[in-house]
Amino acid sequence: MLLIPCPWCGPRDEAEFHYGGQAHVPYPEDPASLTDEEWARYLFFRDNPRGPFAERWSHAAGCRRWFNAVRDTSTNEILTVYRAGEERPATFQARSVRVARPAIEDEAAQADTGVRGQSPQRGPGAEPPVSGRGGVGESNQPFRHPTRGRIRRDKLLTFTFDGTEYQGHEGDTLASALLANGVIQTGTSIKLGRPRGIFSAGVEEPNAVVQIEEPFPEPMLPATTVELYDGLVAAGLPGQGRLATEPDPARYDAVHTHCDLLVVGAGPAGLAAAAAAARTGARVVLADDQPDLGGSLLDTGEHLDWVAETTARLAAAPDIRVLRRTTVFGYYDDNHLLAVERRTNHLGAEAPEHVSRERVHRIRARRVVLATGAHERSLAFADNDRPGVMLAASVRAYLNKYGVLPGRHAVVFTTNDSAYAAALDLAAAGVGIAAIVDTRPDAGEWAERARAAGIEVLTGHAVTGTQGAARLTAVTVAPYGESTGQREFAADLLLVSGGWNPVAHLFSQAGGTLRHDETLGSFVPDTCRQAVEVAGGANGTLDLAAALAQGAAAGARAVEAEGYAPATPGLPYVPAQPRRTPPMHVYVVPGAPGAPRFVDLQRDVTVDDLARATGAGMRSVEHTKRYTTAGTANDQGKTSGVLASGVVAELLGVDISALGTTTFRPPYTPVSFATLAGRDRGALHDPVRTTALHEWHAAHGALFENVGQWKRPWYYPRDGEDMEAAVLRECAAAREGVAFMDASTLGKIDVQGPDAAVFLDLLYTNMMSTLKVGMIRYGVMCRPDGMVFDDGTVIRLDQDRFLVTTTTGNAAAVLDWMEEWLQTEWPGLRVHCTSVTEQWATVALVGPKSRAVLGSLAPQLAVHNDDFPFMAWRDTAVAGIDARVCRISFSGELAYEINVSPWEALALWEALYEAGAPYGITPYGTQTMHVLRAEKGYPIVGQDTDGTVTPQDLGMSWAVSRKKPDFIGKRSFARADTARRDRKHLVGLLPEDPGAFLPEGTQLVAGSVLPAPPVPMLGHVTSSYRSAALGRTFALALVKGGRDRIGERLYAPVGDRLVPVTVASPVLYDPEGARRDG
Amino acid sequence: MADTALTAPLRSPLSDAAGRLATATRTSRGAIRLAELPFLTQMNVRLDPKGAAADAVGLALGLQLPVDPCTIARAGELAALWLGPDEWLVVGPPGGQRDLESRIRKAAGDEHVSVIDVSAQRTTLLVAGPRARDLLAHGCSLDLHPRVLGPGRCAQTTLGRTQVVLVARDDPRAGFWVLVRSSFAGYLTDWLLDAAVEWTG
Repeated sequence: MLLIPCPWCGPRDEAEFHYGGQAHVPYPEDPASLTDEEWARYLFFRDNPRGPFAERWSHAAGCRRWFNAVRDTSTNEILTVYRAGEERPATFQARSVRVARPAIEDEAAQADTGVRGQSPQRGPGAEPPVSGRGGVGESNQPFRHPTRGRIRRDKLLTFTFDGTEYQGHEGDTLASALLANGVIQTGTSIKLGRPRGIFSAGVEEPNAVVQIEEPFPEPMLPATTVELYDGLVAAGLPGQGRLATEPDPARYDAVHTHCDLLVVGAGPAGLAAAAAAARTGARVVLADDQPDLGGSLLDTGEHLDWVAETTARLAAAPDIRVLRRTTVFGYYDDNHLLAVERRTNHLGAEAPEHVSRERVHRIRARRVVLATGAHERSLAFADNDRPGVMLAASVRAYLNKYGVLPGRHAVVFTTNDSAYAAALDLAAAGVGIAAIVDTRPDAGEWAERARAAGIEVLTGHAVTGTQGAARLTAVTVAPYGESTGQREFAADLLLVSGGWNPVAHLFSQAGGTLRHDETLGSFVPDTCRQAVEVAGGANGTLDLAAALAQGAAAGARAVEAEGYAPATPGLPYVPAQPRRTPPMHVYVVPGAPGAPRFVDLQRDVTVDDLARATGAGMRSVEHTKRYTTAGTANDQGKTSGVLASGVVAELLGVDISALGTTTFRPPYTPVSFATLAGRDRGALHDPVRTTALHEWHAAHGALFENVGQWKRPWYYPRDGEDMEAAVLRECAAAREGVAFMDASTLGKIDVQGPDAAVFLDLLYTNMMSTLKVGMIRYGVMCRPDGMVFDDGTVIRLDQDRFLVTTTTGNAAAVLDWMEEWLQTEWPGLRVHCTSVTEQWATVALVGPKSRAVLGSLAPQLAVHNDDFPFMAWRDTAVAGIDARVCRISFSGELAYEINVSPWEALALWEALYEAGAPYGITPYGTQTMHVLRAEKGYPIVGQDTDGTVTPQDLGMSWAVSRKKPDFIGKRSFARADTARRDRKHLVGLLPEDPGAFLPEGTQLVAGSVLPAPPVPMLGHVTSSYRSAALGRTFALALVKGGRDRIGERLYAPVGDRLVPVTVASPVLYDPEGARRDG
Repeated sequence: MADTALTAPLRSPLSDAAGRLATATRTSRGAIRLAELPFLTQMNVRLDPKGAAADAVGLALGLQLPVDPCTIARAGELAALWLGPDEWLVVGPPGGQRDLESRIRKAAGDEHVSVIDVSAQRTTLLVAGPRARDLLAHGCSLDLHPRVLGPGRCAQTTLGRTQVVLVARDDPRAGFWVLVRSSFAGYLTDWLLDAAVEWTG
């Protein structure tokens, strides 16, 4: 959502504005002097540059002012705005491009203060080992560690997976609870049907996608993100779920949130950023997708005291909102970010009904710090998809967050240092680490430390294959580069680390560019036009101390830029880590021939699939993605994207930095349509507009028709009546007795000022300035191209005051239209236009008896035709209510439109109902109105016109002034195209069978036999009704050269029949107009 | 028109919703207060802010017509809301239409001034209580923080899917006036009551 700065009201959401096309295209001073070509150039030709473009906007939902903006069409950035009538500024400043991490070197230096060579927090063997199934830990959760993890051991939850009942704890995810119960396989793969298991511990999960069955069915949720609750029933999926067939009973909503600083991610960098911004006076929002703050520190179990202290300090700080269980999923223009907060999902059946289940936060942030961390990357080795193959850091997270050991005997396969910490942590918790297999020839200090803990480290080696079906049983290993295994390790767990991908999704969505970081071997944020910084793992900063310092600095810079004095947060002391050995950039690992090497587990895409894509000539990852579907599953390739780029680079023999990544698009994680819809569904999905008489209509059995957003009475069926019978009865009452309808929905605009008459003369095709005070004139408005845009009546209230009515659906558009011309073309005219649509309620009183009814209620009004002629108006009291009565007819009958305050409309309506009772007064709806007007050949703009119809086409040359020097549309009536004799004219159609009904839209052809296609079409039916007055069906149609065809027979294909029809004048009833005056 | 003697009581756009609004106020236990303030006098005034009429009209109303966008000037029971650089909405207690219109017209003299009674064009919803801002934030994209939309400020914007004029009342605890087109008032009421469910149960 762009933020457009209205020159008056300041920055507002784009949705408040209307676009008005290219600016500085003035209306020609003398259109009549232009050639057809020059006029066509004004009408139809506009620039379409790439880059800065001056255009008109209107703050339609605000101050209704038109203004100009220069927008860069390639970035959507609004470069400057200026008021209508002002010159386009010669220069303006484009927003500067910011580097994601302005002071990185300082922060890295500052962070690098720890003492090297200290031992890790927990040494190996410091804790009781876990024995086999049914050993240590809860007897029914055999893979639960007795002490580790943050789960509530006193809160036991029962859940069902694939029909089996299990137990877990509060604080578990479905995945961790399954792993604690020894369940690792959660389903099969989508194309190949291979067993697949839990692969990760977070949103990046490609495999363990489950179907929630109860309490409410939901498909395709990663088990790693489903918080466990009592009574949860879920099932594994073969790669595909199914939508619920019953309506979702939960509530969903959205809120708008504003802040000075949004911090995305509450890991070490995010917490530090929020802490630096807290208590500074700045409004801060900290959003994290987990129930607890801490991010990767919870996974590693480090510095939990600092996490707890900081969490408590943030909770107590004013002006800071911590949004837990909240995923920021989209980053749009002008720092507009969307987040989804899962508010009651984790409560299962206990979720309160009146609290929304999920909430979308529409966040407008002055500054953003992205601390979204990094996802571990997998490697493409043979049979790398067996249940038991897991990301190394995720296994560590299961241990430290949930107290779960996903296996007993593990092999670790890595290309970098990070997996060593995981291996040592797991070993300390009792997992047997058979070997660390490292592709690097030398693994430095970490390898020494692992060996010191009694773990075999095979440097320069790689995994060449795996064994097992429902679960991994063995891993084969060979020197890196060889494809045949030389050693085999029995293992039920294989920890994999192919390096780290910064979570740059949001940064990239913000329009940020990524660059390839050679050291990290991945893509990191580079520059962005928006006010965003990236800190910590998301920036490729994997070192904890550096990440903390970077976060604190980013938070401080952000609030400082907003004018607040930043705080210096207390950061934990991070003991120095072993000296780093650079990671090795490995994507494809040689392995047993024929064994698949999966790149995208969720889409079953292998290295061979990608090879087929490059073999077919694909040279871009965007193309290989679409060819193979790699990265298109609901995990959106979080673990596989960069791996796929690496594989394709290898296949093409190019450097991965030249290949880049595929485009990151919102949403970062799947968001359900129900959530996005929020409360804009059901009855609230679109506003319903009602008149002051709505309740009466409803109480009297009216069926309603939607006209724009209005609910208008359609017809009022009596007992046993269908629509046809009701409408024939209502029509007969209007033609023979008296009937009344609610016409309040017509748009009404008050036009005031010394130049009001001049203005209306320019706007309407006919002359308005000659209208006398007290009188009314029908008028037509055209666009400059000469096509009918709206019609209605103009009432002259005073010398310099008019009341203009518009069609119901066009009221806002006509007012906008008036303002656009006044503000941008004719600012010198002293005229003001104001909507008064709801200031008046209007009742149309129609029929030969209408004069008698009105006369009985308006004793002061001289109702005789001579005193109160057609197209005159009078102010009087009707039933004691102040009213303006207009003699207007949209039916050809004697008729009045009575305007009163809507506050008194019901009293008027009921008085008319009572006074008209002796004459059988009948309420009628829009259907009858349509029949009555169509019998008279009165067109309805938008039904009988479609933007390609001139007043002349409608047979309304009489409404087009020849005297006025100019009005909008006049020049176009002299174009060759509008003068063609074969233009479509509005005509009447009489089916030869008086009972035959032509559906609206029916085409018209010349002959009684259809020729071979293409069949030349002569026109189409625009309105079609049964007429009580004519005793037959009839239609209005737009027909080529229609007025020259009156009397001619045409054919209308209806179903498989060709219905013969006769072309007639559009005025089929009372062509002499004898009934108008009663 | 509302000044004339009446036989039937006036019906406001939300007269049928009064009970539901009161129930929501009661069940929210003080979190929110919702009510219609019907029949307020509302006069749309258009004039050149630099012309002689601006001062004359201001003098007649006892206030300075505000020229800063989105601000309000008050004098006794009258409030002049900025709607545009040459447009104001003068709001007063019910029943004052004729008097107000003639006062403004008289003050303007022969200047080009438009004065239009729009009292029935919009009705007014009171949205108050400690949760008023949270409630409005469900459907209003503006920053409603007291620092931004505090006393003395108003804004034309959208709430839910309809246009409104938001008026911050002088005492922040007094909440907001939400002026809404009468035909949309029923929709907006349904919307507000739905958004308030979190506090009303």
